[in-house]
Amino acid sequence: MLEIRDLHASIDGVNILKGVNLRINAGETHAVMGPNGSGKSTLAFVLAGKPGYAVTSGQVTYDGVDLLGLAPEERARAGVFLSFQHPVEVPGVRLDQFLRAGFNALQKSRGAAELDPLKFDRLLRQRVKTVNVDPAMTKRAVNEGFSGGEKKRNEMLQMAVLEPKLAILDEPDSGLDVDALRTVAQGINGLRTTENALLLVTHYQRILNHVVPDFVHVLVNGRIVKSGGKELALEIESEGYDKYEQPRGEALPSPA
Amino acid sequence: MTTTNTELNSIAAQEYRYGFVTDIEADVAPKGLNEDTIRWISAKKNEPQFMLDWRLKAFRHWETLVEADSTPTWANVSYPPIDYQDIIYYSAPKAKEKLESLDEVDPELLRTYEKLGIPLDEQKRLAGVAVDAIFDSVSIATTFREELSKHGIIFCSFSEALQERPDLIRKHLGSVVPYSDNFYAALNAAVFSDGSFCYIPKGVRCPLELTTYFRINTAETGQFERTLIIAEEGSYVSYLEGCSAPMRDENQLHAAVVELIAHDNAEIKYSTIQNWYPGDRDGRGGIYNFVTKRGKCQGKNSKISWTQVETGSAITWKYPSVILQGDDSIGEFYSVALTKGRQQADTGTKMIHVGRNTRSRIISKGISGGRGNNTYRGLVRVMPKADNARNFTQCDSLLIGDQCGAHTTPYVEVRNNTAHLEHEAYTSRVDEDMLFYCNQRGLSTEDAQSLIINGFCKEVFRKLPFEFAVEATRLLDLNLEGTVG
Ligand SMILES: Nc1ncnc2c1ncn2[C@@H]1O[C@H](COP(=O)(O)OP(=O)(O)O)[C@@H](O)[C@H]1O
Ligand SMILES: [Mg+2]
Repeated sequence: MLEIRDLHASIDGVNILKGVNLRINAGETHAVMGPNGSGKSTLAFVLAGKPGYAVTSGQVTYDGVDLLGLAPEERARAGVFLSFQHPVEVPGVRLDQFLRAGFNALQKSRGAAELDPLKFDRLLRQRVKTVNVDPAMTKRAVNEGFSGGEKKRNEMLQMAVLEPKLAILDEPDSGLDVDALRTVAQGINGLRTTENALLLVTHYQRILNHVVPDFVHVLVNGRIVKSGGKELALEIESEGYDKYEQPRGEALPSPA
Repeated sequence: MTTTNTELNSIAAQEYRYGFVTDIEADVAPKGLNEDTIRWISAKKNEPQFMLDWRLKAFRHWETLVEADSTPTWANVSYPPIDYQDIIYYSAPKAKEKLESLDEVDPELLRTYEKLGIPLDEQKRLAGVAVDAIFDSVSIATTFREELSKHGIIFCSFSEALQERPDLIRKHLGSVVPYSDNFYAALNAAVFSDGSFCYIPKGVRCPLELTTYFRINTAETGQFERTLIIAEEGSYVSYLEGCSAPMRDENQLHAAVVELIAHDNAEIKYSTIQNWYPGDRDGRGGIYNFVTKRGKCQGKNSKISWTQVETGSAITWKYPSVILQGDDSIGEFYSVALTKGRQQADTGTKMIHVGRNTRSRIISKGISGGRGNNTYRGLVRVMPKADNARNFTQCDSLLIGDQCGAHTTPYVEVRNNTAHLEHEAYTSRVDEDMLFYCNQRGLSTEDAQSLIINGFCKEVFRKLPFEFAVEATRLLDLNLEGTVG
């Protein structure tokens, strides 16, 4: 579904990603772990097309098309969803209206029927249950005055509504207490199918106890330095990132 | 979403779509301003003597203001001095003496209004809108007059009212905005050429939205219209005005005066969609929109609401106000003001609480993009006898990009300690991160911006008649095209 080959990217002329390779198939969950500042969010943003990130070399193919050639909204319409590490406030715009606009934009681009407010409301109420959030949240302005936990749940709700093919979740667990973490994780698990894929970016191992990955990759200093199965996460939990943070020669290849 | 990308892009190619000029023969007053100009205008309009006398008094007062060099300078706007001798004060399309029906209106003119999307056609009756159209200085056609007259409603041009109901004009003209009120009000009183007049008799609920459409066409012309609306006891009227002008490199002056009078239990809703030519990107050309609008809640339990969507003009200087004289009367001001490019707007309201238990509500939404500069200036004054006066003020700003400015200047003068005043304000900025977040959910930047602006303005748009709310949304979208990214 997604193939990243030797991806280099920079911000303001500073190289952040220094040759990332990664291949994700439908039905798989990949975890990318790494210390702060290693480039995890940069990778997520580059895949989603955030302005200001310059791809200096490498390719990204998504469903056979050149992902980097698409505008951010085109990527979203093609089924790429990014759950933001720091969700953005959209003042004055009610969440239900915001979501309906996004949902309909996706529907339209696929030649599917757009939903009127009543029909959409029905769908939204159902998704609110799936991810177990307070329905009152949908009547508030997007992320405005939301607590950290509410913002993360809101991202899950949006994912549940937009039903992406490739969901990139950038630290959906940061800032959550144990209960909130469990709810968010349940939400994520409820959305996993054999058709879609998950790229879960995290600093800590703990969410991986709930959302069990098929593959774990360690990203350090803009490169994937090690890949493995779910046990790699536990190893990092006990040993930390220290041993990977020494300058190394070549990046290790990711599993094919 | 209502608009697609391609639609928006194609529309965006035309920066100001109302900028065409109609090629029509006009009856034009000689350039410049002196007593003879005023006599010329008054004679042209066959006015009663009292009218000419009033104009001349206003003119003499204005001359003293010019001599004392007292153009208003307190507003947060800047422009070169205006040469008042370099303006044409009267321009009318040459036409037949009196128009009996729309069929007699110059087809070229009708086409102009068609291009502007104004429903002059009587068929638009279904839309429930009656229209008076002012082209340069004179009123061109008033539709549905018969229908309205069945209810005893008078809705016609100011000139016609002066011929047919001089008594009503004489009684009310200048009673809310005296000619001595300010520099531009004095100028308007001296040279105003036409405008709309509206009279709603006792107990009548006006069945149609009354609409006036103003259009400046001739170059170097100033437009000075005067609108007077009188709502008798227990009556209701909703009135809407729209404005546009051709694109020209030189600035044109628009100095209008609007007076509203609401008697006991009467309600007047006055809405404006102002889209005068704003000038080009570098600030060349555009309309100077210096307007005095004021309503008097004269009667008990009366209500006056101003709703305005100001998207055009190089400079807007405008403070629709309400004098809350009758006990239990209500004044409201709902405003969206957009400035982009080099536009400047200094706008707000004055709520003057005179009677007891009077209430006022001010919702102001300023949007700035490009290098636009937007100032909210408001005054809430509570007089000594206004027991239990209440005011709620909210003035919010939305900044698009980082080169624009927003300022709020609320003044409060309270001379009665039972008054209760509340004030809220917030500022938000539309930035790349916000737009990217929206893009990531599948929205195009245009649609995202439109969503954000609609969210920001919804309390004001909700106050507009439905079809005008749609128009207002569209105007804001068009005006903001290309402001970001
Ligand atoms: N706008 C920016 N300009 C310059 N450097 C940046 C910018 N944003 C992030 N960085 C740098 O890029 C590196 C990677 O950041 P990020 O992708 O956010 O890491 P992570 O998500 O793994 O914590 C960090 O060193 C960070 O300081
Ligand atoms: Mg990060």
